[in-house]
Amino acid sequence: MLDVLQNLGRVTLGFFQRLGRGHLFLLQIFATIPGVLLRPRLVLTQLYAVGVLTLLIILVSGLFVGMVMGLQGYNTLVDFGAEDSLGVMVALSLVRELGPVVAALLFAGRAGSALTAEIGLMKATEQLSGMEMMAVDPIQRVVAPRFLAAFISLPLLAVIFSAIGVYGGYFVGVDLLGVDDGAFWAQMQDKVDLRGDVYNGVIKSVVFGFVAGWIALFEGYDAVPTAAGVSRATTRTVVHTSLAVLGLDFVLTALMFGE
Amino acid sequence: MTEPVVQIRGLQFAHGERMIFDGIDLDIAPGRVTAIMGPSGTGKTTLLKLIGGQLRPLSGSIRVYGEEVTQLSRKGLYQLRKCMGMLFQSGALLTDINVFENVAYPMREHTRLPKALIRDLVLMKLQAVGLRGASTLMPSELSGGMARRVALARAIALDPSMVMYDEPFTGQDPISMGILVKLIRELNDALGMTSIVVSHDVRETAAIADYIYLLSQGKVIEHGKPEALRDSSLEWSRQFLEGRPDGPAAFHYPAPDFRDDLLRGGQSK
Repeated sequence: MLDVLQNLGRVTLGFFQRLGRGHLFLLQIFATIPGVLLRPRLVLTQLYAVGVLTLLIILVSGLFVGMVMGLQGYNTLVDFGAEDSLGVMVALSLVRELGPVVAALLFAGRAGSALTAEIGLMKATEQLSGMEMMAVDPIQRVVAPRFLAAFISLPLLAVIFSAIGVYGGYFVGVDLLGVDDGAFWAQMQDKVDLRGDVYNGVIKSVVFGFVAGWIALFEGYDAVPTAAGVSRATTRTVVHTSLAVLGLDFVLTALMFGE
Repeated sequence: MTEPVVQIRGLQFAHGERMIFDGIDLDIAPGRVTAIMGPSGTGKTTLLKLIGGQLRPLSGSIRVYGEEVTQLSRKGLYQLRKCMGMLFQSGALLTDINVFENVAYPMREHTRLPKALIRDLVLMKLQAVGLRGASTLMPSELSGGMARRVALARAIALDPSMVMYDEPFTGQDPISMGILVKLIRELNDALGMTSIVVSHDVRETAAIADYIYLLSQGKVIEHGKPEALRDSSLEWSRQFLEGRPDGPAAFHYPAPDFRDDLLRGGQSK
């Protein structure tokens, strides 16, 4: 019984210590951001590694998600003779939910895990210590540019995901299944609100970008500097980011669309 | 006597429950090669990290160039580190840039020198360690000895007044080892630096050191010039310097009685 209590205490304490370290880490990142902005090249390089290299998986997934929605939506709507609303259905689902959420999940798998592994390995091979001893702040030089890159690229990727998804839905609904072209776009234009739907979707993905970058970089920076430690940290990045994104999505949705 | 570059007084440091240093006093004199020796796990690397301010001690004072490292702000610490070089055991080269860029890295970060001048300086540093011809190689293409020499070139890139070497000879073949021994001594004398060499390679280290500190179990066991230590009256120092397997430093890690342990059979501890 005592053992159980002891373990519970240790786990709880460990959790709060990590939470504290995570927040201090975030503050350190914030403190170095002005310095990083003076050297935009550092951020640009990372934008390529984090954002551009994730583009392919976003494009392919977006297209297929849109196509599936076109197909499923059509099959349901046609029973009610409402297939003209297919455009609205596809666009709203993508812009409000699927775009930001699925893009963030893919981002965690593709870019987040890579960031954690990279930082974790740099720690394990003493590259971060080496920088510190060269009087170069690794948070400013290595971490902050990657954080900014994640923060900037995820909203853009989410927008691209939604756009290509809408095209996927259009392709299946209009080109293959014969929904009226004009109705598809006209209803979408009428029912999708720029402020209420598009902006809110973008806000979601900005929040997700912030969280995904923070978790991935912290896990790498806080990883136990061994092979097993880095591997655990990488797994944790994907799991924690996914859970955080899904949880936050509910909270944000409730705040934005709840009555 | 001239002011020591590093002055450590009453240093205490613990890793979790384990006491690593328990009241260490140590002086590093300027312009000399000082060796800090002791068995593996004595915390020699930890000592370098404490001097560099990467770790904070439980108590005690560490003064480097008159500055109290334990109380310096982050900014002050980074300022102080600009006059320190450190050679890591692993080399700690940045793996995604080549040899040239690795050596140029501290110069690009801390100076606004024109490109052409940086190029010349990097080539001079690489020439000093005999690797000018390897400037376009990536760290993954280097042998262990070469990587450590590149790291050495990087450590002296900003002409530091003090260089710390963390186990520079470990895992090196005899030729690389000979090169490193020669380099450390020559760089120290030619550039007028202060060198701290942490090592347990007795022969090589004793050959170039002006002064040696012997550490074990959290204490300074003895210190003095190499020749004085060789004739030490302490049995432990002689065991360590002569490399005898058993003596005051026991061969066995503390364990329960061997016979009891075997007879206990399959029972877990």
